[in-house]
Amino acid sequence: MSDLINYVILGIPFGCVFALVAVGLVLTYKTSGVFNLAFGAQAFVSAAVFYDTVTNHDWPLLPAFIVSVFIVAPLVGLILDRALYRHLRTAPAIAKLVTSIGLLIAIPEIVKLLPDFDFLQSSAFNPPTIWPNPFAYYHFGEYVLDGNQVATLISTAAAVLFLTALFRWTTIGLQMRAVVESPRMTELAGINADRVSAFSWMLSSTFAGLAGVLLAPLFAQLAAPNFTILLIAAIAAAAFGRLTSIPLAFLGGILLGVAQGVLGGYLPADSILANGLRPSLPFVVLFLLLLFWPGLRHRSEIVDPLSGVDPPPPGLSAEKRMRLLTYTTWGLGIVVVAVGLYVALFVVSSFWLLIITKAVIFSLIFLSITVITGMAGQISLCQASFAAVGSFGTAQLAQHFGLPVLLTMVIGAAMAAVVGGLLAIPALRLGGIFLALATLAFALMFESIFVPLDWVSGGVLPTKVPRPTFLESDRTFLLFSLGLLVVISLVVILVRKGTTGRYLDALRGSETAATAIGINPARARIVAFALSAGIAGLGGGLLAIQENQANYSANFQVLFGLLWLVIVVTIGARTVEGAVQAGLAIAFVPEILKALGLSPAYQFILFGLGAITYAKHPEGILEYNKRKSLQAVQRFLTRGKTPRDGTGGEVITTRPEPATVGAGNPGQRS
Amino acid sequence: MSLLESSEVCKRFSGITALDDVSIRVEPGEPVGLIGPNGAGKTTFFNCLLGILRADRGRVVFNGRDITRLPVYKRARLGFGRTFQRVELFTGMTVRDHLLVAERSRLGTGRLWKDVLNLANPTAKEQRRADETLGLLGLLDVADEPIESLSLGRARLVELGRALMTEPLLLLLDEPSSGLDQSETMELVGTLQTVQSERGTAILLVEHDVEMVQAFAARLYVLDFGVVIASGPTAEVMDDEAVRKAYLGELV
Repeated sequence: MSDLINYVILGIPFGCVFALVAVGLVLTYKTSGVFNLAFGAQAFVSAAVFYDTVTNHDWPLLPAFIVSVFIVAPLVGLILDRALYRHLRTAPAIAKLVTSIGLLIAIPEIVKLLPDFDFLQSSAFNPPTIWPNPFAYYHFGEYVLDGNQVATLISTAAAVLFLTALFRWTTIGLQMRAVVESPRMTELAGINADRVSAFSWMLSSTFAGLAGVLLAPLFAQLAAPNFTILLIAAIAAAAFGRLTSIPLAFLGGILLGVAQGVLGGYLPADSILANGLRPSLPFVVLFLLLLFWPGLRHRSEIVDPLSGVDPPPPGLSAEKRMRLLTYTTWGLGIVVVAVGLYVALFVVSSFWLLIITKAVIFSLIFLSITVITGMAGQISLCQASFAAVGSFGTAQLAQHFGLPVLLTMVIGAAMAAVVGGLLAIPALRLGGIFLALATLAFALMFESIFVPLDWVSGGVLPTKVPRPTFLESDRTFLLFSLGLLVVISLVVILVRKGTTGRYLDALRGSETAATAIGINPARARIVAFALSAGIAGLGGGLLAIQENQANYSANFQVLFGLLWLVIVVTIGARTVEGAVQAGLAIAFVPEILKALGLSPAYQFILFGLGAITYAKHPEGILEYNKRKSLQAVQRFLTRGKTPRDGTGGEVITTRPEPATVGAGNPGQRS
Repeated sequence: MSLLESSEVCKRFSGITALDDVSIRVEPGEPVGLIGPNGAGKTTFFNCLLGILRADRGRVVFNGRDITRLPVYKRARLGFGRTFQRVELFTGMTVRDHLLVAERSRLGTGRLWKDVLNLANPTAKEQRRADETLGLLGLLDVADEPIESLSLGRARLVELGRALMTEPLLLLLDEPSSGLDQSETMELVGTLQTVQSERGTAILLVEHDVEMVQAFAARLYVLDFGVVIASGPTAEVMDDEAVRKAYLGELV
């Protein structure tokens, strides 16, 4: 019995950190509609400043703590609000989520490039605690806590008291809740929504900073991924509070910490359960909560009721251009590909041949994002896991059953498709950011539970994959990959213009109306998920054959999956060209940076900050520029002739308005 | 046998009773009106009929089949057509595409393998049926325009056309005249009468515009605070004392 209490007590300080993060997440989500996945990156900033001031510059603890948590952190929040989220206020929740994923990737790299912070790139060991005596232990009856744990308890209690007072006795607390409902309407009521939103960003960022400084000593080294993954774990606590209740989110955080403490205490230390379940517990909890927690399942996203005032996104430029231009574009495209292929095969060195092959394979993988995001309009954050399933399937089946590799690649793709379809079934009720979070939880579960298993990944060393003899040469392999890319591109184009694509278009335009003409939304989405996962799996298998091994840590980590998504949606998720250009970008940008003598960190900053454009141009910058240049060319070609006008009359916006369900329910929008 | 019969449908939203024992009946091919002041529960009732909301209690029987527990898309396939109070259109599609998607959904012949083999293009028959409906609604001149370029009045006609493509036995129209001017409204009434007489489609109409209801519906139900307070032939109901008080009172 006393063991149990001991484990519970050990879990509480950790739970307090989860609780702080969860409260911060709910705060920004409630006040700005941003589900801030970059919270971990913000925590990392404060932890880095605290480390730098204390360890490198020998500041006393108190001023270092004040500077990192109460000056730097609110400043980061203020900058994010002023420079970014303020301008995205009425953007869809999903666009804000993508922006925050971009920041999650970019912010830590920016910090590492700052003049005084280059130490982060090599050796930031033994992060300091905020407690003056790091080795002190305190006895409470028969239970023992260390200094950092005591500090965590005290800070959390102070934060809770502060928040309660804020919401109970101040005007700004009330205003914050009004801004959540609709910033535009709040402004019409005479409240300065900008000020309220800036304040809440500074507040939540302070929570992030506090959590960062408290978390840092738990790791041997100060590294951004630790923060990101851990703080994503805290989403489970926020989900417990249905993403809107601060007290429940707080309670969820504590419970999560306690559950981890108890699990850690009772499970045999070296069992699969202890090694797999304990670190993955938050992701399992998050996944289950999103699927089954009442109130979350049918929860509508926080959407500005006036956001429908903005015009809908325009259609694809290719659908509006003149026939002559279409043929010209196609002709030019074929010439460019032919010349590129000739150069790749016969001119450049074998090194660049490999880079080009990589670009082709990644283009193929990215077509899976074209299907799920561009066609079905859903953000999936587990495409890398699907690719990994294909890659593992290819490797293991070839290894253990001696099947031909090309056959196992197809079986691997089919396995990924099955996994995708199965994942889609429970996730169907969720839309928008909830689906995105569920796929993220799935990816993290996959990474922490399945990837370490021998029969999945082959254990410590990646499973070897033989290359078929006729593909031994890198040149034939490139041709083979290119052929596969062309076939899958055709499949994607045909599906997009076929019935499945039209149904998905209809569901995206208005789910209510689509179901009212008899379209089965579940079926359409399961097909889209399975197709997307299958394409990702095929690409993963192809990559395994090319690299002669199924290498998870080099290719398919969750954070890479986030990077993929960000690159594709930034460049353009609606079209095949978008996926191909994203593939070229992910293969060539690091090499170009290297050639220019720049740090590889710049690619993360470039792609991460690029995601910001997504909110403004959800069709992608490629499609946006194509449309602009198309307009210019068509204007040039038709100059002198009378421009064709619209039908005239009052122009309406056909944003998918929620059906008037009940009173004041903002409805579901994805 | 009635085409649609709802018996004692109840719906509550956290303490507010939106629908209280609503029982109505629609015969095949019959034009019926459902009127009532704002907040009477008309749209909620539509949503319960179509399955967008699940009724707490009560039964809905359609064409002899209990559909109370069926999901929306299955009810649609049984023969429900619906238009919406706030237009619900498919952004980025042309007018013709709206109708073709509905036609494909009616036929239920869409399969992934057909897409991949490029067998999914609209057939000549599908095109012809879409053109017929476009002609009926006077939309042929904008058939290939993107939906965003249409006026609200014509957008409502596209919704109607999309619903008609599924060959519904019953059309549920939710305030089709809102946002239309007088002449557009009367044009719409004409079109609806054509649909009803030529195709034998029953129509249940929720409407604020009393003139339009009187011009169109043969029978009326009046809903007030979730309760049916009157029903019967249009002329009789409009003379009813309780109706005048509850509904027309605000006009006097």
